[in-house]
Amino acid sequence: MILKGFFIILLHWVAGNVISALAADFIPGSIIGMLLLLCSLLLGLVKDDDVRPVAGFLTDNMTIFFLPAFMGIMDLWGILKLDLLAWIAVIILSTVMVLISTGIVQQLLERRKNL
Amino acid sequence: MMKTEFVMNMPFMLMLTIGSYLLGLWVKKKSGLALLHPFLISIPVIIMVLKVTDVPCSFYMESNRLIDFMLGPCVVSLGLLLYDHRHIIRRNFLSIMSAVMTGSVVGVASVYILSRLMGLDDIFILSLEPKSVTTPIAMELSESIGGNISLTAVSVVLCGFIGAVSGPLCLQLFRIKSPVAKGLAMGSAAHGLGTARAVEMGAIEGAVSGLAIALMGVMTALILPLFNSILSL
Repeated sequence: MILKGFFIILLHWVAGNVISALAADFIPGSIIGMLLLLCSLLLGLVKDDDVRPVAGFLTDNMTIFFLPAFMGIMDLWGILKLDLLAWIAVIILSTVMVLISTGIVQQLLERRKNL
Repeated sequence: MMKTEFVMNMPFMLMLTIGSYLLGLWVKKKSGLALLHPFLISIPVIIMVLKVTDVPCSFYMESNRLIDFMLGPCVVSLGLLLYDHRHIIRRNFLSIMSAVMTGSVVGVASVYILSRLMGLDDIFILSLEPKSVTTPIAMELSESIGGNISLTAVSVVLCGFIGAVSGPLCLQLFRIKSPVAKGLAMGSAAHGLGTARAVEMGAIEGAVSGLAIALMGVMTALILPLFNSILSL
């Protein structure tokens, strides 16, 4: 049932918000909610089939939920165009660095384990 | 000219968002290109419709609060994705956690150092730090550390394209051959778009990459506030 799945997700979000507030908003409540949902699923408190219809729909169609925020870039264009090249350069370099470092560490650790 | 009362309302603006997304999905399906992200179609369509109807962008964003709200449930839903991949995590727990943590630290630190070197404002640093994380999580993080969520959203997608396009070449250059390492690298650096590419590499690569999206989100959420409080950003 869709509503049940939605209720479970909101419940974990709310619980995440409470914990987040107690921890001085160190981590956003929704991210704590994600970990709480994982715990509930692992502990069997929530059946995965109860959340799957809603959670699956949300994660499969994530793009639509940030389309409105994307349009906010129109107002930012003034500042962005001045630093356009630096902005793109930072993203290119940083992305490649993350990709290579993650891959190398994982491969090295796997090899050590297999020796 | 068009009567504005028929378009200056919430139903029309919501219809525009959903309609442009469906159009984007349809074009992607017809073209068969994994990298043709639906928003490449949706955003120009929304801009065009707003221009033609003469509706200000701020009104469009205001009317789509309902859609924005769903970002929170989206993030929570990723818990199911972690659950579905629990077997992969259990088997490679230490190596996966170390690799994702490395990626997350490199992601945050490199944005800070590179932005400082290139003389970018703090708002760029705060908005770009979460850029290797999937968009809804990145926007939550950006908001909580004082970044600009729109700049974050656009940066995240740009990052995804760069990772998805350059990923296979980078992996080859650095002789990263293990399927788990390849998947983890693609998902950590380029979230959903990287995963679309990893799926083409193989089943293990695709599954691990999907998992890396959620793990990278959690890890960055932990590291980002620590990093910024140390540097008092």
